[in-house]
Amino acid sequence: MTEALTIENLSKTYDGGFEALKGIDLHVQQGDFFALLGPNGAGKSTTLGVLASLVNKTAGYVAVHGIDMDKDPARAKTFLGFVPQEFNFNQFEKVFDIITTQAGYYGIGPRRARENATRYLKQLGLWEKRDSPARMLSGGMKRRLMIARALVHEPRVLILDEPTAGVDIELRRSMWEFLERINREGTTIILTTHYLEEAEALCRNIAIIDQGRILQNTNKKALLRQLSVETFVLDLDTELSQAPVLEGYHSSLNKEGALLLEVRRGQGLNGAFRQLDRAGIGISSMRTQANRLEELFLRLVEENNAPGSVPA
Amino acid sequence: MSAAEIWIAFVTIIVREVRRFTRIWPQTLLPPAVTMTLYFIIFGNLIGSRIGPMEGFDYMEFIVPGLIMMSVITSSYANVVSSFFGMKFQRSIEELLVSPVPNWVILLGYVGGGMCRGLLVGLAVTLLSLAFTSLPIHNLAMVIITALLTSFVFSLGGFINAMFATKFDDISIVPTFVLTPLTYLGGVFYSISMLPPLWQNLSLVNPILYMVNAFRYGILGISDVAPGYALAMLVLFGVILFTISLNLLHRGKGIRH
Repeated sequence: MTEALTIENLSKTYDGGFEALKGIDLHVQQGDFFALLGPNGAGKSTTLGVLASLVNKTAGYVAVHGIDMDKDPARAKTFLGFVPQEFNFNQFEKVFDIITTQAGYYGIGPRRARENATRYLKQLGLWEKRDSPARMLSGGMKRRLMIARALVHEPRVLILDEPTAGVDIELRRSMWEFLERINREGTTIILTTHYLEEAEALCRNIAIIDQGRILQNTNKKALLRQLSVETFVLDLDTELSQAPVLEGYHSSLNKEGALLLEVRRGQGLNGAFRQLDRAGIGISSMRTQANRLEELFLRLVEENNAPGSVPA
Repeated sequence: MSAAEIWIAFVTIIVREVRRFTRIWPQTLLPPAVTMTLYFIIFGNLIGSRIGPMEGFDYMEFIVPGLIMMSVITSSYANVVSSFFGMKFQRSIEELLVSPVPNWVILLGYVGGGMCRGLLVGLAVTLLSLAFTSLPIHNLAMVIITALLTSFVFSLGGFINAMFATKFDDISIVPTFVLTPLTYLGGVFYSISMLPPLWQNLSLVNPILYMVNAFRYGILGISDVAPGYALAMLVLFGVILFTISLNLLHRGKGIRH
Protein backbone atom coordinates (compact mmCIF):
# COMPACT_ATOMS: atom_id res chain seq x y z
CA MET A 1 0.00 0.00 0.00
CA THR A 2 1.22 3.51 -0.80
CA GLU A 3 2.59 5.34 2.21
CA ALA A 4 0.49 8.20 3.55
CA LEU A 5 3.63 10.26 3.91
CA THR A 6 7.15 9.77 2.63
CA ILE A 7 9.95 12.11 3.58
CA GLU A 8 13.47 11.42 2.36
CA ASN A 9 16.61 13.38 3.09
CA LEU A 10 14.63 16.50 3.96
CA SER A 11 16.73 19.47 4.96
CA LYS A 12 15.99 23.08 5.71
CA THR A 13 18.44 25.89 6.29
CA TYR A 14 16.86 29.24 7.15
CA ASP A 15 18.11 32.54 5.73
CA GLY A 16 20.18 33.28 8.83
CA GLY A 17 22.07 30.01 8.30
CA PHE A 18 20.26 28.02 11.00
CA GLU A 19 20.04 24.38 9.94
CA ALA A 20 16.63 23.29 11.24
CA LEU A 21 16.49 19.92 9.43
CA LYS A 22 19.57 17.90 8.56
CA GLY A 23 18.40 15.33 6.06
CA ILE A 24 15.56 13.54 7.86
CA ASP A 25 13.68 10.46 6.65
CA LEU A 26 10.15 9.63 7.77
CA HIS A 27 7.68 7.05 6.54
CA VAL A 28 4.08 7.07 7.75
CA GLN A 29 1.68 4.34 6.69
CA GLN A 30 -1.95 4.92 5.74
CA GLY A 31 -4.26 4.79 8.76
CA ASP A 32 -1.41 5.36 11.20
CA PHE A 33 -1.57 7.51 14.31
CA PHE A 34 1.90 8.94 14.29
CA ALA A 35 3.68 11.27 16.72
CA LEU A 36 6.70 13.41 16.04
CA LEU A 37 8.28 14.23 19.36
CA GLY A 38 11.14 16.50 20.23
CA PRO A 39 12.20 19.35 22.49
CA ASN A 40 11.66 23.01 21.52
CA GLY A 41 13.65 23.93 18.41
CA ALA A 42 14.14 20.28 17.43
CA GLY A 43 12.64 20.74 13.96
CA LYS A 44 9.09 19.46 14.51
CA SER A 45 7.27 22.57 13.35
CA THR A 46 9.67 23.07 10.45
CA THR A 47 8.90 19.54 9.27
CA LEU A 48 5.17 20.14 9.49
CA GLY A 49 5.64 23.57 7.90
CA VAL A 50 7.26 21.96 4.86
CA LEU A 51 4.35 19.50 4.60
CA ALA A 52 1.86 22.36 4.82
CA SER A 53 3.75 24.41 2.19
CA LEU A 54 4.40 27.17 4.70
CA VAL A 55 8.14 26.52 4.71
CA ASN A 56 10.25 26.12 1.58
CA LYS A 57 12.53 23.11 1.94
CA THR A 58 16.20 23.40 1.07
CA ALA A 59 16.46 19.85 -0.26
CA GLY A 60 14.81 16.45 -0.07
CA TYR A 61 11.76 14.55 -1.25
CA VAL A 62 8.25 14.77 0.18
CA ALA A 63 5.31 12.73 -1.10
CA VAL A 64 1.73 12.46 0.18
CA HIS A 65 -0.04 9.26 -0.82
CA GLY A 66 2.72 8.75 -3.39
CA ILE A 67 2.26 12.20 -4.96
CA ASP A 68 5.49 14.18 -5.17
CA MET A 69 4.88 17.60 -3.60
CA ASP A 70 7.34 19.20 -6.03
CA LYS A 71 5.75 17.74 -9.14
CA ASP A 72 2.04 18.00 -8.29
CA PRO A 73 1.69 20.16 -5.18
CA ALA A 74 -1.98 20.98 -5.78
CA ARG A 75 -3.03 17.32 -5.85
CA ALA A 76 -0.81 16.42 -2.89
CA LYS A 77 -2.36 19.26 -0.88
CA THR A 78 -5.87 17.91 -1.36
CA PHE A 79 -4.83 14.88 0.72
CA LEU A 80 -3.61 17.03 3.60
CA GLY A 81 -5.37 18.89 6.38
CA PHE A 82 -3.21 21.07 8.61
CA VAL A 83 -3.88 22.35 12.13
CA PRO A 84 -1.15 24.82 13.10
CA GLN A 85 0.10 25.59 16.58
CA GLU A 86 -0.87 29.29 16.47
CA PHE A 87 -4.35 30.58 15.68
CA ASN A 88 -4.25 31.65 12.05
CA PHE A 89 -7.77 32.60 11.06
CA ASN A 90 -9.32 36.03 10.57
CA GLN A 91 -10.52 36.91 14.06
CA PHE A 92 -13.31 39.11 12.67
CA GLU A 93 -14.90 36.49 10.44
CA LYS A 94 -17.79 34.32 11.55
CA VAL A 95 -17.03 30.71 12.47
CA PHE A 96 -19.24 29.28 9.73
CA ASP A 97 -17.76 31.59 7.08
CA ILE A 98 -14.21 30.57 8.02
CA ILE A 99 -15.02 26.92 7.42
CA THR A 100 -17.00 27.34 4.20
CA THR A 101 -14.40 29.73 2.78
CA GLN A 102 -11.70 27.15 3.41
CA ALA A 103 -13.81 24.56 1.60
CA GLY A 104 -14.04 26.95 -1.35
CA TYR A 105 -10.24 27.14 -1.52
CA TYR A 106 -10.31 23.39 -2.18
CA GLY A 107 -12.79 23.83 -5.00
CA ILE A 108 -15.73 22.51 -2.96
CA GLY A 109 -19.03 24.04 -4.04
CA PRO A 110 -21.23 26.04 -1.62
CA ARG A 111 -23.76 23.26 -0.94
CA ARG A 112 -21.22 20.59 0.00
CA ALA A 113 -19.16 23.19 1.86
CA ARG A 114 -22.19 24.05 4.02
CA GLU A 115 -22.93 20.35 4.66
CA ASN A 116 -19.34 19.57 5.66
CA ALA A 117 -19.07 22.69 7.80
CA THR A 118 -22.30 21.80 9.58
CA ARG A 119 -21.13 18.22 10.21
CA TYR A 120 -17.73 19.13 11.64
CA LEU A 121 -18.95 22.09 13.67
CA LYS A 122 -21.54 19.79 15.26
CA GLN A 123 -19.02 17.01 15.86
CA LEU A 124 -16.61 19.43 17.49
CA GLY A 125 -19.25 21.16 19.62
CA LEU A 126 -19.09 24.49 17.82
CA TRP A 127 -22.46 24.53 16.10
CA GLU A 128 -23.97 26.97 18.60
CA LYS A 129 -21.14 29.38 17.87
CA ARG A 130 -21.44 29.23 14.08
CA ASP A 131 -22.53 32.87 13.74
CA SER A 132 -20.06 34.27 16.28
CA PRO A 133 -16.96 36.13 15.14
CA ALA A 134 -13.94 33.90 15.76
CA ARG A 135 -12.45 36.37 18.24
CA MET A 136 -15.35 35.72 20.62
CA LEU A 137 -14.42 32.04 21.06
CA SER A 138 -12.46 30.63 23.99
CA GLY A 139 -8.97 29.24 23.42
CA GLY A 140 -10.22 25.65 23.32
CA MET A 141 -12.98 26.53 20.88
CA LYS A 142 -10.51 28.30 18.60
CA ARG A 143 -8.39 25.17 18.54
CA ARG A 144 -11.44 23.06 17.62
CA LEU A 145 -12.34 25.60 14.96
CA MET A 146 -8.93 25.01 13.36
CA ILE A 147 -9.54 21.25 13.42
CA ALA A 148 -12.95 21.68 11.76
CA ARG A 149 -11.39 23.96 9.16
CA ALA A 150 -8.63 21.40 8.44
CA LEU A 151 -11.20 18.63 7.98
CA VAL A 152 -13.74 20.45 5.81
CA HIS A 153 -12.27 19.09 2.56
CA GLU A 154 -12.14 15.57 4.08
CA PRO A 155 -8.37 15.03 3.86
CA ARG A 156 -6.81 11.55 4.06
CA VAL A 157 -3.99 12.83 6.28
CA LEU A 158 -4.52 15.21 9.19
CA ILE A 159 -1.45 16.98 10.55
CA LEU A 160 -1.68 18.66 13.93
CA ASP A 161 1.04 20.81 15.47
CA GLU A 162 0.61 20.75 19.27
CA PRO A 163 -3.18 20.32 19.04
CA THR A 164 -3.85 20.28 22.78
CA ALA A 165 -1.42 23.00 23.90
CA GLY A 166 -3.15 25.22 26.44
CA VAL A 167 -6.31 23.12 26.45
CA ASP A 168 -7.87 22.01 29.74
CA ILE A 169 -7.86 18.32 30.67
CA GLU A 170 -11.53 17.67 29.94
CA LEU A 171 -11.35 19.23 26.52
CA ARG A 172 -8.06 17.49 25.79
CA ARG A 173 -9.71 14.14 26.52
CA SER A 174 -12.64 14.94 24.23
CA MET A 175 -10.22 15.97 21.47
CA TRP A 176 -8.34 12.69 21.93
CA GLU A 177 -11.60 10.80 21.51
CA PHE A 178 -12.44 12.77 18.39
CA LEU A 179 -9.02 12.16 16.85
CA GLU A 180 -9.18 8.45 17.71
CA ARG A 181 -12.59 8.25 16.05
CA ILE A 182 -11.56 9.86 12.78
CA ASN A 183 -8.42 7.72 12.83
CA ARG A 184 -10.58 4.59 13.16
CA GLU A 185 -12.62 5.87 10.23
CA GLY A 186 -9.46 5.89 8.11
CA THR A 187 -7.80 9.29 8.47
CA THR A 188 -4.05 9.10 8.99
CA ILE A 189 -3.04 11.36 11.86
CA ILE A 190 0.35 12.91 12.37
CA LEU A 191 0.86 15.11 15.39
CA THR A 192 3.50 16.81 17.42
CA THR A 193 2.94 17.22 21.10
CA HIS A 194 4.68 18.23 24.28
CA TYR A 195 2.39 15.97 26.28
CA LEU A 196 4.16 12.64 26.03
CA GLU A 197 1.30 10.89 27.77
CA GLU A 198 -0.76 12.01 24.75
CA ALA A 199 1.63 10.32 22.34
CA GLU A 200 1.77 7.20 24.53
CA ALA A 201 -2.01 7.01 24.81
CA LEU A 202 -2.88 7.72 21.17
CA CYS A 203 -0.06 6.89 18.81
CA ARG A 204 1.03 3.62 17.27
CA ASN A 205 4.28 4.90 15.78
CA ILE A 206 6.61 7.54 17.09
CA ALA A 207 9.60 9.44 15.77
CA ILE A 208 11.85 11.39 18.07
CA ILE A 209 13.61 14.37 16.55
CA ASP A 210 16.30 16.54 18.08
CA GLN A 211 18.55 19.19 16.57
CA GLY A 212 17.16 18.50 13.11
CA ARG A 213 17.88 14.76 13.17
CA ILE A 214 15.62 11.78 13.70
CA LEU A 215 16.88 9.87 16.74
CA GLN A 216 14.27 7.12 16.65
CA ASN A 217 11.48 6.17 14.26
CA THR A 218 9.68 3.02 15.28
CA ASN A 219 6.46 1.72 16.75
CA LYS A 220 5.57 2.65 20.27
CA LYS A 221 5.97 -0.83 21.71
CA ALA A 222 9.45 -1.28 20.24
CA LEU A 223 10.38 2.14 21.50
CA LEU A 224 9.20 1.42 25.01
CA ARG A 225 11.05 -1.89 25.00
CA GLN A 226 14.24 0.14 24.89
CA LEU A 227 13.41 1.47 28.31
CA SER A 228 15.77 -0.71 30.39
CA VAL A 229 15.02 0.83 33.78
CA GLU A 230 11.74 2.16 35.10
CA THR A 231 11.50 4.13 38.32
CA PHE A 232 8.58 3.66 40.73
CA VAL A 233 7.65 5.99 43.57
CA LEU A 234 6.48 4.12 46.71
CA ASP A 235 4.76 6.11 49.46
CA LEU A 236 5.59 4.35 52.72
CA ASP A 237 3.46 4.15 55.85
CA THR A 238 6.56 4.69 58.01
CA GLU A 239 9.07 7.52 57.83
CA LEU A 240 12.59 6.35 57.05
CA SER A 241 15.84 8.25 57.65
CA GLN A 242 17.62 6.35 54.91
CA ALA A 243 16.62 4.09 52.05
CA PRO A 244 16.50 0.37 52.89
CA VAL A 245 19.02 -1.91 51.18
CA LEU A 246 17.08 -4.12 48.77
CA GLU A 247 19.05 -6.89 47.15
CA GLY A 248 18.95 -6.70 43.35
CA TYR A 249 17.38 -3.24 43.30
CA HIS A 250 18.65 0.31 43.55
CA SER A 251 16.58 2.47 45.88
CA SER A 252 16.74 5.97 47.33
CA LEU A 253 14.52 8.42 49.17
CA ASN A 254 13.22 11.60 47.54
CA LYS A 255 12.85 14.83 49.51
CA GLU A 256 9.24 13.98 50.41
CA GLY A 257 10.45 10.76 52.05
CA ALA A 258 9.01 8.46 49.37
CA LEU A 259 11.04 5.48 48.20
CA LEU A 260 12.34 5.62 44.63
CA LEU A 261 12.75 2.10 43.33
CA GLU A 262 14.55 1.41 40.05
CA VAL A 263 13.34 -1.76 38.35
CA ARG A 264 15.17 -3.24 35.37
CA ARG A 265 13.20 -4.59 32.43
CA GLY A 266 11.99 -8.12 33.16
CA GLN A 267 12.94 -7.92 36.80
CA GLY A 268 9.48 -7.52 38.36
CA LEU A 269 8.47 -5.90 41.61
CA ASN A 270 7.71 -8.94 43.75
CA GLY A 271 11.27 -9.32 45.03
CA ALA A 272 11.32 -5.75 46.27
CA PHE A 273 7.89 -6.10 47.91
CA ARG A 274 8.95 -9.27 49.74
CA GLN A 275 12.10 -7.61 51.08
CA LEU A 276 10.14 -4.53 52.22
CA ASP A 277 7.56 -6.76 53.87
CA ARG A 278 10.29 -8.69 55.73
CA ALA A 279 11.74 -5.37 56.93
CA GLY A 280 8.30 -4.37 58.24
CA ILE A 281 7.96 -1.47 55.82
CA GLY A 282 4.42 -0.99 54.53
CA ILE A 283 3.49 0.60 51.22
CA SER A 284 0.49 2.92 51.15
CA SER A 285 0.53 3.75 47.45
CA MET A 286 2.66 3.39 44.34
CA ARG A 287 3.09 5.18 40.96
CA THR A 288 5.63 5.45 38.18
CA GLN A 289 7.98 8.39 38.61
CA ALA A 290 7.43 9.65 35.08
CA ASN A 291 5.50 8.67 32.05
CA ARG A 292 7.43 5.79 30.44
CA LEU A 293 7.76 7.53 27.15
CA GLU A 294 8.93 10.66 28.90
CA GLU A 295 11.78 8.76 30.58
CA LEU A 296 12.87 7.31 27.27
CA PHE A 297 12.50 10.62 25.47
CA LEU A 298 14.62 12.44 28.02
CA ARG A 299 17.26 9.75 27.88
CA LEU A 300 17.47 9.80 24.09
CA VAL A 301 17.66 13.59 23.95
CA GLU A 302 20.28 13.64 26.70
CA GLU A 303 22.36 11.06 24.85
CA ASN A 304 22.07 13.06 21.64
CA ASN A 305 23.22 16.20 23.41
CA ALA A 306 26.15 14.46 25.13
CA PRO A 307 29.58 15.58 23.82
CA GLY A 308 30.83 13.29 21.07
CA SER A 309 27.44 11.64 20.54
CA VAL A 310 26.81 10.10 17.15
CA PRO A 311 23.31 10.68 15.82
CA ALA A 312 21.23 7.63 15.00
CA MET B 1 -7.48 21.28 -9.56
CA SER B 2 -10.02 21.12 -12.36
CA ALA B 3 -11.21 24.28 -14.12
CA ALA B 4 -14.48 24.13 -12.16
CA GLU B 5 -12.63 23.82 -8.82
CA ILE B 6 -10.33 26.70 -9.75
CA TRP B 7 -13.38 28.81 -10.58
CA ILE B 8 -14.94 28.01 -7.18
CA ALA B 9 -11.69 28.95 -5.43
CA PHE B 10 -11.48 32.21 -7.40
CA VAL B 11 -15.08 33.15 -6.61
CA THR B 12 -14.51 32.23 -2.95
CA ILE B 13 -11.64 34.71 -2.68
CA ILE B 14 -13.63 37.44 -4.42
CA VAL B 15 -16.71 36.86 -2.25
CA ARG B 16 -14.54 36.91 0.88
CA GLU B 17 -13.00 40.21 -0.20
CA VAL B 18 -16.32 41.82 -1.09
CA ARG B 19 -17.79 40.61 2.21
CA ARG B 20 -14.82 42.18 4.02
CA PHE B 21 -15.05 45.65 2.51
CA THR B 22 -18.85 45.81 2.63
CA ARG B 23 -18.80 44.71 6.31
CA ILE B 24 -16.65 47.73 7.14
CA TRP B 25 -18.34 50.13 4.68
CA PRO B 26 -17.96 53.19 6.93
CA GLN B 27 -14.19 52.76 6.51
CA THR B 28 -14.13 51.66 2.89
CA LEU B 29 -17.04 53.06 0.90
CA LEU B 30 -18.22 56.15 2.75
CA PRO B 31 -14.98 58.21 3.07
CA PRO B 32 -14.24 58.49 -0.69
CA ALA B 33 -17.84 59.55 -1.34
CA VAL B 34 -17.61 62.27 1.32
CA THR B 35 -14.15 63.43 0.15
CA MET B 36 -15.16 63.61 -3.50
CA THR B 37 -18.34 65.52 -2.64
CA LEU B 38 -16.15 68.09 -0.91
CA TYR B 39 -13.91 68.27 -4.00
CA PHE B 40 -16.98 68.84 -6.18
CA ILE B 41 -18.25 71.60 -3.93
CA ILE B 42 -14.95 73.39 -3.25
CA PHE B 43 -12.92 72.90 -6.44
CA GLY B 44 -15.78 72.49 -8.84
CA ASN B 45 -18.42 74.93 -7.63
CA LEU B 46 -16.71 77.53 -5.45
CA ILE B 47 -13.24 77.86 -7.01
CA GLY B 48 -14.08 76.38 -10.40
CA SER B 49 -16.67 79.06 -11.15
CA ARG B 50 -13.85 81.65 -10.97
CA ILE B 51 -11.36 79.63 -13.04
CA GLY B 52 -13.46 79.55 -16.16
CA PRO B 53 -13.55 76.97 -18.94
CA MET B 54 -10.68 74.52 -19.53
CA GLU B 55 -10.16 72.86 -22.92
CA GLY B 56 -13.64 74.02 -23.86
CA PHE B 57 -15.44 72.59 -20.79
CA ASP B 58 -16.57 74.01 -17.45
CA TYR B 59 -13.91 73.45 -14.79
CA MET B 60 -16.32 71.18 -12.91
CA GLU B 61 -16.85 69.04 -16.01
CA PHE B 62 -13.10 68.97 -16.61
CA ILE B 63 -12.14 67.70 -13.16
CA VAL B 64 -14.93 65.13 -12.66
CA PRO B 65 -13.28 62.34 -14.75
CA GLY B 66 -10.00 62.83 -12.89
CA LEU B 67 -11.71 62.75 -9.51
CA ILE B 68 -13.55 59.56 -10.42
CA MET B 69 -10.22 58.01 -11.45
CA MET B 70 -8.64 59.26 -8.24
CA SER B 71 -11.25 57.44 -6.15
CA VAL B 72 -10.87 54.26 -8.26
CA ILE B 73 -7.08 54.35 -7.85
CA THR B 74 -7.01 54.92 -4.10
CA SER B 75 -9.81 52.45 -3.34
CA SER B 76 -8.41 49.58 -5.45
CA TYR B 77 -4.95 50.08 -4.01
CA ALA B 78 -6.16 50.45 -0.42
CA ASN B 79 -8.35 47.35 -0.59
CA VAL B 80 -5.63 44.94 -1.64
CA VAL B 81 -2.83 46.41 0.44
CA SER B 82 -4.87 46.41 3.65
CA SER B 83 -6.59 43.08 3.09
CA PHE B 84 -3.53 41.12 2.04
CA PHE B 85 -1.29 42.67 4.68
CA GLY B 86 -4.00 42.04 7.28
CA MET B 87 -4.00 38.37 6.28
CA LYS B 88 -0.23 38.26 6.52
CA PHE B 89 -0.35 39.95 9.92
CA GLN B 90 -3.02 37.58 11.28
CA ARG B 91 -1.36 34.67 9.46
CA SER B 92 -4.71 33.77 7.91
CA ILE B 93 -2.90 33.85 4.56
CA GLU B 94 -1.81 30.35 5.61
CA GLU B 95 -5.37 29.20 4.90
CA LEU B 96 -4.65 29.84 1.23
CA LEU B 97 -1.06 28.63 1.24
CA VAL B 98 -1.96 25.17 2.57
CA SER B 99 -4.74 24.84 -0.01
CA PRO B 100 -4.26 23.73 -3.62
CA VAL B 101 -5.23 27.13 -5.05
CA PRO B 102 -2.63 28.08 -7.70
CA ASN B 103 -0.73 31.32 -7.09
CA TRP B 104 -2.19 33.00 -10.15
CA VAL B 105 -5.70 32.38 -8.81
CA ILE B 106 -4.77 33.82 -5.42
CA LEU B 107 -3.40 36.89 -7.19
CA LEU B 108 -6.41 37.29 -9.48
CA GLY B 109 -8.77 36.77 -6.52
CA TYR B 110 -7.22 39.59 -4.50
CA VAL B 111 -6.92 41.83 -7.54
CA GLY B 112 -10.55 41.06 -8.38
CA GLY B 113 -11.56 42.08 -4.85
CA GLY B 114 -9.62 45.34 -5.20
CA MET B 115 -11.24 45.99 -8.58
CA CYS B 116 -14.72 45.41 -7.13
CA ARG B 117 -14.15 48.03 -4.43
CA GLY B 118 -12.45 50.46 -6.81
CA LEU B 119 -15.22 50.21 -9.38
CA LEU B 120 -17.98 50.36 -6.78
CA VAL B 121 -16.51 53.53 -5.29
CA GLY B 122 -15.96 54.91 -8.81
CA LEU B 123 -19.62 54.28 -9.63
CA ALA B 124 -20.77 55.93 -6.40
CA VAL B 125 -18.59 58.98 -7.09
CA THR B 126 -19.90 59.13 -10.68
CA LEU B 127 -23.49 59.12 -9.44
CA LEU B 128 -22.65 61.84 -6.89
CA SER B 129 -21.02 63.95 -9.59
CA LEU B 130 -24.31 63.98 -11.52
CA ALA B 131 -25.71 66.18 -8.75
CA PHE B 132 -23.16 68.83 -9.73
CA THR B 133 -22.69 68.47 -13.47
CA SER B 134 -23.65 66.39 -16.48
CA LEU B 135 -21.38 63.78 -18.06
CA PRO B 136 -21.71 63.70 -21.85
CA ILE B 137 -20.00 60.25 -22.29
CA HIS B 138 -18.04 60.56 -25.51
CA ASN B 139 -16.98 56.87 -25.71
CA LEU B 140 -18.55 54.41 -23.25
CA ALA B 141 -16.23 51.52 -24.16
CA MET B 142 -13.23 53.72 -23.42
CA VAL B 143 -14.72 54.69 -20.05
CA ILE B 144 -15.31 51.06 -19.04
CA ILE B 145 -11.97 49.71 -20.31
CA THR B 146 -10.01 52.51 -18.64
CA ALA B 147 -11.80 52.04 -15.33
CA LEU B 148 -11.22 48.26 -15.44
CA LEU B 149 -7.54 48.56 -16.37
CA THR B 150 -6.86 51.29 -13.83
CA SER B 151 -8.40 49.34 -10.98
CA PHE B 152 -6.48 46.26 -12.16
CA VAL B 153 -3.14 48.08 -12.22
CA PHE B 154 -3.59 49.70 -8.82
CA SER B 155 -4.87 46.53 -7.20
CA LEU B 156 -1.63 44.93 -8.35
CA GLY B 157 0.28 47.89 -6.92
CA GLY B 158 -1.42 47.35 -3.57
CA PHE B 159 -0.62 43.66 -3.72
CA ILE B 160 3.10 44.29 -4.28
CA ASN B 161 3.12 46.81 -1.44
CA ALA B 162 1.48 44.26 0.87
CA MET B 163 3.98 41.55 -0.08
CA PHE B 164 6.91 43.76 0.94
CA ALA B 165 5.24 45.31 4.00
CA THR B 166 6.38 44.04 7.36
CA LYS B 167 4.49 46.51 9.57
CA PHE B 168 1.38 48.68 9.33
CA ASP B 169 3.47 51.83 8.64
CA ASP B 170 4.67 50.20 5.42
CA ILE B 171 1.20 50.09 3.93
CA SER B 172 0.62 53.83 4.32
CA ILE B 173 4.01 55.07 3.07
CA VAL B 174 3.39 54.42 -0.64
CA PRO B 175 -0.17 55.86 -0.73
CA THR B 176 0.97 58.97 1.16
CA PHE B 177 4.31 59.71 -0.45
CA VAL B 178 3.94 58.21 -3.93
CA LEU B 179 0.32 57.68 -4.90
CA THR B 180 -1.16 60.98 -3.68
CA PRO B 181 1.54 63.24 -5.29
CA LEU B 182 1.37 61.29 -8.55
CA THR B 183 -2.42 61.58 -8.58
CA TYR B 184 -2.39 65.32 -7.94
CA LEU B 185 0.33 65.79 -10.60
CA GLY B 186 -1.39 63.45 -13.04
CA GLY B 187 -3.61 66.05 -14.67
CA VAL B 188 -6.67 65.63 -12.46
CA PHE B 189 -7.07 69.37 -11.90
CA TYR B 190 -5.34 70.79 -14.99
CA SER B 191 -4.30 70.05 -18.53
CA ILE B 192 -0.56 69.48 -18.89
CA SER B 193 -0.66 71.77 -21.92
CA MET B 194 -0.70 74.59 -19.33
CA LEU B 195 2.72 73.51 -18.05
CA PRO B 196 6.16 74.62 -19.32
CA PRO B 197 7.72 72.06 -21.76
CA LEU B 198 10.05 70.56 -19.12
CA TRP B 199 7.18 69.80 -16.76
CA GLN B 200 5.04 68.54 -19.63
CA ASN B 201 7.76 65.99 -20.48
CA LEU B 202 8.22 65.02 -16.84
CA SER B 203 4.47 64.50 -16.54
CA LEU B 204 4.61 61.90 -19.31
CA VAL B 205 6.47 59.47 -17.03
CA ASN B 206 3.60 59.61 -14.54
CA PRO B 207 1.39 56.53 -15.17
CA ILE B 208 -1.63 58.23 -13.62
CA LEU B 209 -1.58 60.87 -16.36
CA TYR B 210 -2.49 58.17 -18.92
CA MET B 211 -5.33 56.81 -16.81
CA VAL B 212 -6.87 60.21 -16.12
CA ASN B 213 -6.60 61.28 -19.74
CA ALA B 214 -7.90 58.04 -21.19
CA PHE B 215 -10.90 58.27 -18.86
CA ARG B 216 -11.40 61.97 -19.60
CA TYR B 217 -11.33 61.14 -23.30
CA GLY B 218 -14.04 58.54 -22.75
CA ILE B 219 -16.28 61.05 -21.00
CA LEU B 220 -15.45 64.41 -22.59
CA GLY B 221 -13.60 63.44 -25.77
CA ILE B 222 -10.48 65.43 -24.84
CA SER B 223 -7.05 64.16 -23.79
CA ASP B 224 -3.47 65.40 -23.32
CA VAL B 225 -2.15 62.12 -24.76
CA ALA B 226 -3.36 59.91 -27.60
CA PRO B 227 -6.12 57.67 -26.11
CA GLY B 228 -4.84 54.54 -27.84
CA TYR B 229 -1.34 55.20 -26.53
CA ALA B 230 -2.74 55.76 -23.03
CA LEU B 231 -4.56 52.40 -23.14
CA ALA B 232 -1.44 50.65 -24.40
CA MET B 233 0.53 52.10 -21.49
CA LEU B 234 -2.14 50.86 -19.07
CA VAL B 235 -1.92 47.34 -20.50
CA LEU B 236 1.88 47.48 -20.28
CA PHE B 237 1.77 48.56 -16.62
CA GLY B 238 -0.70 45.77 -15.92
CA VAL B 239 1.48 43.09 -17.52
CA ILE B 240 4.63 44.28 -15.73
CA LEU B 241 2.97 44.49 -12.30
CA PHE B 242 1.19 41.15 -12.74
CA THR B 243 4.50 39.45 -13.60
CA ILE B 244 6.22 40.99 -10.58
CA SER B 245 3.35 40.05 -8.26
CA LEU B 246 3.24 36.45 -9.45
CA ASN B 247 7.00 36.15 -9.09
CA LEU B 248 6.79 37.43 -5.50
CA LEU B 249 4.05 34.89 -4.72
CA HIS B 250 6.09 32.04 -6.24
CA ARG B 251 9.05 33.04 -4.11
CA GLY B 252 6.81 33.35 -1.07
CA LYS B 253 8.20 36.80 -0.28
CA GLY B 254 7.22 37.59 3.30
CA ILE B 255 4.68 34.75 3.51
CA ARG B 256 6.76 31.55 3.36
CA HIS B 257 9.94 30.89 5.33
